[in-house]
Amino acid sequence: MNNPYIVLPVILQLFIAILLMFSWSSKNIQKLISVTGSLIALVISLLLLIKVDNEGIQIMQAGGWEAPFGITFVADTFSALLVLLTAIAGLAVSVYSVGSVRNARIKFGYFPIFHLLIMGLSGAFLTGDIFNLYVWFEIIIISSFVLLTLGGEKAQIEGAIKYVTMNLLASVIFLTAIAILYGLTGSLNMADLSLRVAEIENRGLVNVTAILFLVGFGIKSAVFPLYFWLPASYHTPPPAISAIFGGLLTKVGVYAMLRVFTLIFIPDTFLSTVIMVIAIFTILSGGIGALIQNNIRKVFSYLIICHIGFMLAGLGVYSTLAIAGAIFYLVHDIIVKTNLFMVSGLIFKFKGTYSMRLLGGFYKEHPKMSLLMAIPLFSLVGIPPLSGFWGKLLMIQGAIDQSNMLVVFFIILGSFLTLFIIARLWSEVFWKDGPELPEKKHIKYYNALKPLKRKAMVGSIVFLSLISLGIGFGAEWVMRLSIKIAENLMDPTLYIQAVLGN
Amino acid sequence: MEILLVIIIGLLYAAGIYMMLRRSLVKLIIGLILLGNGANLLIFLLGKIVKGKPPIIGASEKMLGEIYADPVPQALILTAIVISFGLQAFAIILIKRAYKVVKTDDLDEMNATDEDL
Repeated sequence: MNNPYIVLPVILQLFIAILLMFSWSSKNIQKLISVTGSLIALVISLLLLIKVDNEGIQIMQAGGWEAPFGITFVADTFSALLVLLTAIAGLAVSVYSVGSVRNARIKFGYFPIFHLLIMGLSGAFLTGDIFNLYVWFEIIIISSFVLLTLGGEKAQIEGAIKYVTMNLLASVIFLTAIAILYGLTGSLNMADLSLRVAEIENRGLVNVTAILFLVGFGIKSAVFPLYFWLPASYHTPPPAISAIFGGLLTKVGVYAMLRVFTLIFIPDTFLSTVIMVIAIFTILSGGIGALIQNNIRKVFSYLIICHIGFMLAGLGVYSTLAIAGAIFYLVHDIIVKTNLFMVSGLIFKFKGTYSMRLLGGFYKEHPKMSLLMAIPLFSLVGIPPLSGFWGKLLMIQGAIDQSNMLVVFFIILGSFLTLFIIARLWSEVFWKDGPELPEKKHIKYYNALKPLKRKAMVGSIVFLSLISLGIGFGAEWVMRLSIKIAENLMDPTLYIQAVLGN
Repeated sequence: MEILLVIIIGLLYAAGIYMMLRRSLVKLIIGLILLGNGANLLIFLLGKIVKGKPPIIGASEKMLGEIYADPVPQALILTAIVISFGLQAFAIILIKRAYKVVKTDDLDEMNATDEDL
């Protein structure tokens, strides 16, 4: 189905960013435009998902050039679902930013860059052209560079150097992989590549290209042993920025892997073993890393790595059920990780520190707030029927069906590690009696904030917590979508037919 | 011509990675620039280099001949160059800023993000 409206989520974000640039000097108008725009984006993305779910894959050929010659945009259920999740996280963080981002940062263009980042993310999910994917990746990283360094504190700059270096390296590797792939096939359209790569006789060269893609996407999604930039940088910017990074940036890498390794390179035994080994080590190193951290934002950063391992394990097992599990987990993870970084920011507003040693007594002082924060924390652990449980259940089922007990063992081990880490965090931050903290002058505490700002911060956390609960209790609906997506990924005929015609 | 380009690309990649592994910030950026240029040349090379065969279909013919200069890689390189130009400009400003804030260009001394607070 040719449908030019599928690029609307991308165009809309660009439009919002331009509008924001015109109202550069007025921070209140900027806040209003950002929140309203994000709300419209959410509605549009929801409509897109419903349309795609009902009527099948929608495509847009840029400039009317038929695939595989032009640039194609494809909205299948997977893309549309991720665009919707981006819009949800975008709305929550936009509202949260209203409450938490300092005026100085807004003056330097926080909101326009934020919407350009969301534009890049939506574009990366919707494109059906491998070089265009590279371009969207670049838009994402350049916006994230600016957001990461905005403010220019010492830790931010140091974190940014590591982040910028690794991401630029990843881009070069990705570009190299695209070059070799183009040399091998003479095409850039992903559906067309799917057909042409299957015909190449020199499988050795195909595997080398696949590994280059794996390394490029691996750096972006922070898998073992390429993750060191993540815990060095994600805890340095303001919590609103950490939230959007933690929720979405690494997940684009996971999306790209799921797409490329089901559509273009079908993993043979060698490749799936490599992915599985990487997944296992990612789970282990993320989990163990989180165990020894004291800064709550660093704990969450390491947990991102640990849970990227889960999704990769689902891809490594490579069966419909396991991939459906990985997709369910991806949905849950985007919402919950965004929420957790926002929660950490709210804790900071109350206490003025991120250190677990110094924090404490949060439950005694703010019981209602603690109960709210318990929702994302326990969803992350995956206590049934909360949202983290179902994805893991599907993945474990898939792995057992393939009698892949190693993956089952490590997914369960990773869950235990997460449980232990969150239990420790809960008792350190919420239950133990904390020391008296001295008032810091340069921090604006929660009680000193205007009521609107307070409501914005808490409201966005409530919003994402409700969605988390919705995913947990309405698991049947998400599971139907995940299994549909996984089936379409495992058998890409529908995708190829939609793009190339017959 | 091809073999010459292959050697240059290999050298650019090797030199780029070597420079990235040094401790100095400036060398890090130079390494990234070299790597980027290597990748651009690689795309150029893989588009099949031929002399004097523009991708134009003659008046009497229906389709392109066997070998022609592929225009797509050149479009790709152009895009990649523009993007890497922007990114490198940002990276250079970033290291200048880092030098002012941290007062060192030695990567081993940038440990503020590992502090336990």
